Amino acid sequence: MMTSAQTAADRARSVLATVMDPEVPVLSVCDLGIVREVTGDASGLSVVVTPTYSGCPATEVISESIRAALASAGFDQVSIEMRFSPAWTTDWISEEALAKLKDYGIAPPMRLDAAEAQPLRFQPRNVSCPRCSSSQTERLSAFGSTACKSLYRCKSCREPFEHFKPI
Amino acid sequence: MTQSIELKEDLSTRYVLRIADSCLILSQRLTEWCGHGPVLEEDIALSNIALDLLGQSRLLLTHAARLDGQNYDEDQMAFLRDERDFNNITLVELPRGDFAFTVLRNFMFSALAMQLWAQLKQSSDAGLAAIAEKSMKETRYHHEHSRDWLIRLGDGTAESAAKMQAALELAWPYVKEIFADDAIDAHAAQTGLGPRWSSLRDGWQKDMDDALAEAGLHQPKETPFLSTGKTGVHSEHMGFILAEMQHLQRAFPGATW
Repeated sequence: MMTSAQTAADRARSVLATVMDPEVPVLSVCDLGIVREVTGDASGLSVVVTPTYSGCPATEVISESIRAALASAGFDQVSIEMRFSPAWTTDWISEEALAKLKDYGIAPPMRLDAAEAQPLRFQPRNVSCPRCSSSQTERLSAFGSTACKSLYRCKSCREPFEHFKPI
Repeated sequence: MTQSIELKEDLSTRYVLRIADSCLILSQRLTEWCGHGPVLEEDIALSNIALDLLGQSRLLLTHAARLDGQNYDEDQMAFLRDERDFNNITLVELPRGDFAFTVLRNFMFSALAMQLWAQLKQSSDAGLAAIAEKSMKETRYHHEHSRDWLIRLGDGTAESAAKMQAALELAWPYVKEIFADDAIDAHAAQTGLGPRWSSLRDGWQKDMDDALAEAGLHQPKETPFLSTGKTGVHSEHMGFILAEMQHLQRAFPGATW
């Protein structure tokens, strides 16, 4: 019993690894670290999701995509729980996913250090350009096309780019 | 979904509503900038901040509805309450004003929210503590953004400094309300739900003093006027903002897209 339950949850996890974020389509919901727990089996699966930003419009789309992908893999009884604590952090994005982000042209977030209580202005801002890897970049705006990104410009190759904000 | 709903006068519910409604109404005000920002980056920034605040208010309204216990959802909470049933601070309902007023108000509010979230993380209400933990991360970005602008404009040209000072004169009479305690604060402090807002004043004031000093601006004198939005008695601007915000759901009940 134990083994088959684990297998079903593992199978569900591999299904979830194919559910992409609608705004950053190179990352799956697993890459992002928003899928926190997958338990149960085909007769009743429970998925715990921690949303990225409270106002992120993709949250509802992601829940629907998770439901649809699991349903097509035979998981009809799925309950999705939104869990807010502990709050999502970019530190939950896997190393592999950070590399995918860079390849996609989005400068990945740096790891948060223990000094989170410090004002943001004192945090290092050496974001390197995802295209030419130059560290000569400047921030144009702390806010970007989606809640999770900010706008930068590379002073070496002159290309604008997006940076996934550490949070 | 046209008839107004009425919430109970429960002290805990009202405490949460003060935060939820302040986020909601400030979000509504900031969305007025969408498509009208002075430059594209600022248009995007203000819309993003509005979106974060809307997200926070959704979580808080859902939580307040749970405390109220009448099974209302977040949409009913936002669109079907009448003016007297809203508990936001008056500051956030004032018209959007110019860019100077907008960034000043964002700074005043995010500085308050920083103090509030930090305390609410220890709330005896686990749901509220979780929302605070999440929101704090977002508010830090709002705080940084508005503080940067406050200083850039205050310490900018003679014209930008004059506009910033004028914004300060306009907003300052609404500060006293924020830290005026009542039975709702006393109950929250007693039950461990959250801090009395008066206890946040010192931290807020320090943040404000530092920013104003860096910006070369002067804090206006306190006036005898006391606004009362958080008790449900609002300024003349509140009816208009609700008319705009609630019109669609009142006119076309249950409309979705």
